[in-house]
Amino acid sequence: MAIQVEVSTRNGITVVTVAGEIDGGSAPGLQSQVLPLLQQNGALILDLAGVTYMSSAGLRVLLLLYRQAVARNGRVALAGVAETIKDTMAVTGFLKFFTVAGTVDEALTTLQQA
Amino acid sequence: MDTRIDFYPTHEHQGYKLRPGRPVPFGATLVPGGVNFAICSRYATSCTLVLFEKGASTPLVEIPIPEVFRIGNAWCVVVFDLDYERIEYGYRMEGPWDPRAGHRFDASKILLDPYAKAIGGRDVWGQPPDWSDPYPHRARLIFEDFDWEDDRPLETPLADLVIYELHARSFTRHSSASVKHPGTYAGLMAKIPYLKELGVNCVELMPIFEFDEFENSRPNPVTGETMYNYWGYSTVGFFAPKAGYAATGPLGMQVDEFKNLVKELHRNGIEIILDVVFNHTAEGNEHGPTLSFRGIDNQTYYMLTPEGYYFNFSGCGNTLNCNNPVVRMMVLDCLRYWAAEYHIDGFRFDLAAILGRDPWGAPMPNPPLLESLAFDPILAKCKLIAEAWDAGGLYQVGSFPAYGRWAEWNGKYRDDIRRFLKGDEGMVPALAQRLQGSPDLYGWNRRGPTASINFITCHDGFTLYDLFAYNHKHNEANGEQNRDGGDDNHSWNCGVEGETDNPDVNALRQRMIKNALAILLMSHGVPMILMGDEVGRTQRGNNNTYCHDNDLNWFDWSLLERNADLFHFARQMIAFRKTHPLLRAREHLGMSTAQADFIWHGVHAWNADWSPGSRTLAFMLRERQAGQGGNTNPVLYMALNAYWDALPFHLPELPINYRWHLFANTALSSPHDIYEPGHEIPLEPYQDSFLVGGRAVVVLVGRP
Repeated sequence: MAIQVEVSTRNGITVVTVAGEIDGGSAPGLQSQVLPLLQQNGALILDLAGVTYMSSAGLRVLLLLYRQAVARNGRVALAGVAETIKDTMAVTGFLKFFTVAGTVDEALTTLQQA
Repeated sequence: MDTRIDFYPTHEHQGYKLRPGRPVPFGATLVPGGVNFAICSRYATSCTLVLFEKGASTPLVEIPIPEVFRIGNAWCVVVFDLDYERIEYGYRMEGPWDPRAGHRFDASKILLDPYAKAIGGRDVWGQPPDWSDPYPHRARLIFEDFDWEDDRPLETPLADLVIYELHARSFTRHSSASVKHPGTYAGLMAKIPYLKELGVNCVELMPIFEFDEFENSRPNPVTGETMYNYWGYSTVGFFAPKAGYAATGPLGMQVDEFKNLVKELHRNGIEIILDVVFNHTAEGNEHGPTLSFRGIDNQTYYMLTPEGYYFNFSGCGNTLNCNNPVVRMMVLDCLRYWAAEYHIDGFRFDLAAILGRDPWGAPMPNPPLLESLAFDPILAKCKLIAEAWDAGGLYQVGSFPAYGRWAEWNGKYRDDIRRFLKGDEGMVPALAQRLQGSPDLYGWNRRGPTASINFITCHDGFTLYDLFAYNHKHNEANGEQNRDGGDDNHSWNCGVEGETDNPDVNALRQRMIKNALAILLMSHGVPMILMGDEVGRTQRGNNNTYCHDNDLNWFDWSLLERNADLFHFARQMIAFRKTHPLLRAREHLGMSTAQADFIWHGVHAWNADWSPGSRTLAFMLRERQAGQGGNTNPVLYMALNAYWDALPFHLPELPINYRWHLFANTALSSPHDIYEPGHEIPLEPYQDSFLVGGRAVVVLVGRP
């Protein structure tokens, strides 16, 4: 299953908008697209409002991006995560690693305050 | 680009790229670019790796492992470029069909890897399976990259544990649990605040290794409801957590969910012990299904009679051949895996006496498996707890080969305390042993009180409420005309069999429950509480609820409101135990360097009545220096009256400046039955006796 990835910038912060299903098939592609966008001391928002399914491999890519960002003194926020996906993340312990916001706007506010 | 040359394939089968694998670790391991599959069989003549798309009934591909890839008895292959989230794998093995010689190879079967780390096929609890599936329990690949942060097994000293035995599904399945994911690991996680409030610091989970709830499932002859293999004492895969207990089982994320549960328990100071069943497997006897072991190496994995039939020391059809070196290694690998990869704090071994039998069933004086586990460096800090008997008649309570490590479920504690409580004569000497941590069983061999896991109730048998509400088991709902389940319950219904409106009977039952909880928490040794006993959970007299997925087993959380006083009593008793190191002795007093004593009393101070007609005992726990030279540590006193009338107990003298304070008196009703530790009620300054109600216990604290 293919995913669509769009990159934009808002208030100097990179916003990656993802749509589709993130699973073992699409996760490596997402990883290779997003990793180069992480900058030293930079912030990044992953807008996942269009993501309908996230497998174990998908969650691991998110965590990997987060780790890479932290290693660069950067920050990552997730926006628009579907309730079921958020629930899976909570139950499996992934959620607490992330800054989670309802919308991209909220994520921008949170990251700019931090 | 991968720079190691062994990251590249050397062979090919139907488009799948292969190279020779590594024989260890056994099982399926993610390696750069692919998956290393390794499995052993002593007598197989060929081995084929069978790959499926997740859930598919026909294989994606069958890859015969080239003979040149075999090292010794290990077949190993690396398969490249697998989408490991979408793959399930199994094996076909060819070999002799010769039951008399112990061989039952059947190449028509697809076999589960004994080292499978996740198993699909029963992803959602109770969802009827496709019975025609050629591969019902399907091995899957997992990530082993869970982020534990600073977590590690807690290593709480055994003497400080208060164990709470629970069933992962029963605990939160009832609608009254009000959790988002009822009956799951996530549900249990949501109830951690309750466990903390109660004060227990260890949960012991009934089996969570993958099992088949549909094994021997059948309609209830009375209600038509499905009866399951509900408790799960029948393992399908020893390395995989039960998927049907995970909210995320349908997503295949049970491994992460369970690890997160362990991490959260630890973060709240609660250890986790697993009830592990190594005495038999889910394959039953010669009429059972061939799922894994039978088709991989029947003669290795099972204890067989000279005619090639299955020994049945487990009462479940077969007996795992635990002291065969290959099986022993599997058991050790399994426990190491759970300790290292899941941070499990300890293990309780179901029917552990079997683990000390040799391949022909004879008990061994120095069983290699038990010795290996006791001395293993990775398991070194894990609690090892034996259910020290088996269904073949071997009873080893007090004599289980311990190597200074093993503790035991103390069945004698259960029986003696029950008999004393119900008023049997001649129980006072035994009661004294049990209160002291059973030095008769664990003193002479220097095993100490922590070798004794004290319990009055466990999943097997009556709940604590039912212990005082039923004289006889009522197992009709199990569909065997009440023949199943034990008959030696040592229970007493307090005058009426079952539920009653009689307030006196109900008050007496509440008091008996409190008596039991008080004795359990005041005894040396390690107390274990059965889920729900703190709020009077009932199984309506059923003492063998192994097959019921309904409110016979489910924890009804509305009891917490209805029996709030019981919960309060249990909570304060646990808190009292935590407050007083005197109750958590590491060694038997009187046999050690400990500067404290058990001093026996009765209705007369300093003079316990040990005669057969006696139903009373009292004891004082005191540091020898208490009250002297600046030592102001408290003195504890407990009076136990199993006689039906109130009796005045003459109180022993306290050090000068000390005064008795009332902590608990089960003859009184809430809120006068128990006080918060530190807020006990002082007795009159010169009060030298205490009237202990009939069938009641009293706990006093002496302090300045």
